[in-house]
Amino acid sequence: MGGKMKKFFSILLTLFLPLSFTNVSKAGGHMEAEVIHWWTSGGEQAAISQFAEAWQEMGNTWIDTAITGGDNARGTTVNRIIGGNPPTAAQFNISKQFVDLVEQGLLQSLEEVASAEGWRDFIYPPELIETCEFEGEFYCVPVNIHSWQWMWINNDVYKQVGLPVPQTFEEFLAGAPTIQDAGIIPLALGGQGWQESGMFDVVASSIMGFPLMQSIYRDKDVDAFRDGRFESVLNTFRELNTFTDEGSPGRLWNDTTAMVIEGKAAMQVMGDWARGEFAVAGKEAMVDYSCVIPGKEKYVALGGDVFVFPKNDDPKVKEVQLAMASMMVDPTVQAKFNNAKGSLPMRLDVDTSAADACMQMGLDLIQNPDAIMRESDDWNTPAFTSAWDDIISEFRNDPNYTVAQVMDDLEGVLTSGL
Amino acid sequence: MPLFRNIASMIALLPMIIISLTVFVGCIIYSFIYSLTNSKLIPVTNFVGFDQYERLFKQRKWDVAVENIFIYGFVFTIGCLIIGFLLAVLIDQKIRGESLFRTIFLYPYAMSFVVTGLVWKWVLNPTFGLENSMHMWGFSWFELDWLVNRDLAIYAVCIAAVWQGAGFVMVLMLAGLRGIDEDIWKSLSIEGVAKWKSYLFVILPMLRPMVVTAIVLIAAGVVKVYDLILALTSGGPGYATTTPAMYVMENFFSRANLGQAFAASIIMFISVVCILAPWAFYEFYLRNKYAAN
Repeated sequence: MGGKMKKFFSILLTLFLPLSFTNVSKAGGHMEAEVIHWWTSGGEQAAISQFAEAWQEMGNTWIDTAITGGDNARGTTVNRIIGGNPPTAAQFNISKQFVDLVEQGLLQSLEEVASAEGWRDFIYPPELIETCEFEGEFYCVPVNIHSWQWMWINNDVYKQVGLPVPQTFEEFLAGAPTIQDAGIIPLALGGQGWQESGMFDVVASSIMGFPLMQSIYRDKDVDAFRDGRFESVLNTFRELNTFTDEGSPGRLWNDTTAMVIEGKAAMQVMGDWARGEFAVAGKEAMVDYSCVIPGKEKYVALGGDVFVFPKNDDPKVKEVQLAMASMMVDPTVQAKFNNAKGSLPMRLDVDTSAADACMQMGLDLIQNPDAIMRESDDWNTPAFTSAWDDIISEFRNDPNYTVAQVMDDLEGVLTSGL
Repeated sequence: MPLFRNIASMIALLPMIIISLTVFVGCIIYSFIYSLTNSKLIPVTNFVGFDQYERLFKQRKWDVAVENIFIYGFVFTIGCLIIGFLLAVLIDQKIRGESLFRTIFLYPYAMSFVVTGLVWKWVLNPTFGLENSMHMWGFSWFELDWLVNRDLAIYAVCIAAVWQGAGFVMVLMLAGLRGIDEDIWKSLSIEGVAKWKSYLFVILPMLRPMVVTAIVLIAAGVVKVYDLILALTSGGPGYATTTPAMYVMENFFSRANLGQAFAASIIMFISVVCILAPWAFYEFYLRNKYAAN
């Protein structure tokens, strides 16, 4: 039944589409593409539909397979690739998540279109090229940059208690007892593993700086790990956690952001996607709320999303995939997509006039190569990062888990070869 | 030749036997083979011996998961049996509105574990659940922070599970109670046996088949518990309420660590066999043998 209906519609489409588009023969005929992604919230839907519309304007059909939750979506993609029914394109994060697929030769190389269009010249920052390049060939398309490095602060709360908006975690900790005395929760944190470890990495980079993070997470340098600075990160993280509320375990990130928006809490550490929540609530950046990159040296982390294109037995699919890859990096499409998403584009020649004060801060920062920071999952497999994050999460939740014990356990992961 | 005694029914069972063998046994063998590899996102035949098992047993998280499944299994099974039996006995007192109560008690069972999990998540949440309501009514001493307390969270899960499962046990027991011959009650009352004594020492042993059925059904639910915990605590706080099934699922999907997931599922399988085999041997083989003699 489903198959028949699909066939019926595709016949219908092939009948009618050529009538309305004159450039069909130039574009190589009508193309159909199925895209798996996990952009299901309001703002995310608006963003992915920019891709869909651009694709449809080229005279093609976009089959949207939105799956809630990145884990589920990636699981579906892998299952379908192994099951022999791959989608045309699928979303992954800027990370090592899809390395296995490349190594097993399951992904389509995009080198043809990448070298023809000169991707290596315009993709910025160049670290993104590293993520997608394997043995000199492009296997993924970076589409946006999201950064974790932000403290979201309710300005009214700080006005109320008569303190300046903190610029570092030390300043925040100094003011936290005053805020607590005023009956406000100083730190809003959702107690889910990814939120806890996300915040931990922000604390880590702001206290010990990116070079040291790099020698630990990338080079697995045990001496650097043991030089005392990582312990001070753990201590600061533990101290920060004494200022959360007891409703924290399991709370969703956006419910947690809402606490800051409503003034029930003073500050949340969260990625730049939190800005969307403030915008929806009608709050203005730097007036009602502040976005602060904590620390003396400010970094912007390269999180974000890529699309990969699984190999297909049907040779025609490759043509579709290359066309879609080319569309995704197009500057006009990039501008529309990233403005809707609230993320930074993956090239500099994109119109970002719609950016607010917080996004502008990110845009300024990313132009400085020294301020660009990588995250653990750029170098490490999910097996490694999740083993690491488990320990961080347990450290946050178990007051009897000592810093010394955590250091030993983390070293175990570091040297495990995962 | 007892094997060929019922040739027609054997043929009728054949599809089921084939499916069981290929799907269940086949998958178990497949899982075992790949548990010896270092497969990450996709299965590869890169054999590493028993490394995955070694890694598994070093995981603090796995220890917590195993401990949790024992706590959950014990509390959930006992809780369901006791509360289910008590409810059945109470309803058996020929009360008015019996069918109404029966429906109310059975209703939770009709719900999905996900719904149960979400409902209890709200009830037990200290900032806007029952604790908060009690505080607003003026009972400021009231404390119910089980869900966010890492030592008690697993018991909060048990409460939700018992709430859902007890009604089902009640129905099973009630059916058994209704099957008890009136004459037995008459003779018990003539003997002057107290009511609670007759329930505990005469009627309960007669309900043995019901109890066994209930235990088997509950135990099957214990091993595979996943959705309830995912909805209620997502394994938190930290990983205090994680279970072996969650560990397996996590490694299969989000962690892209197939070898580890296969190793954990094989260990789960072996432990279930170890627990069930002696009991099944007794229940289905030895008892028949004695009965036949």
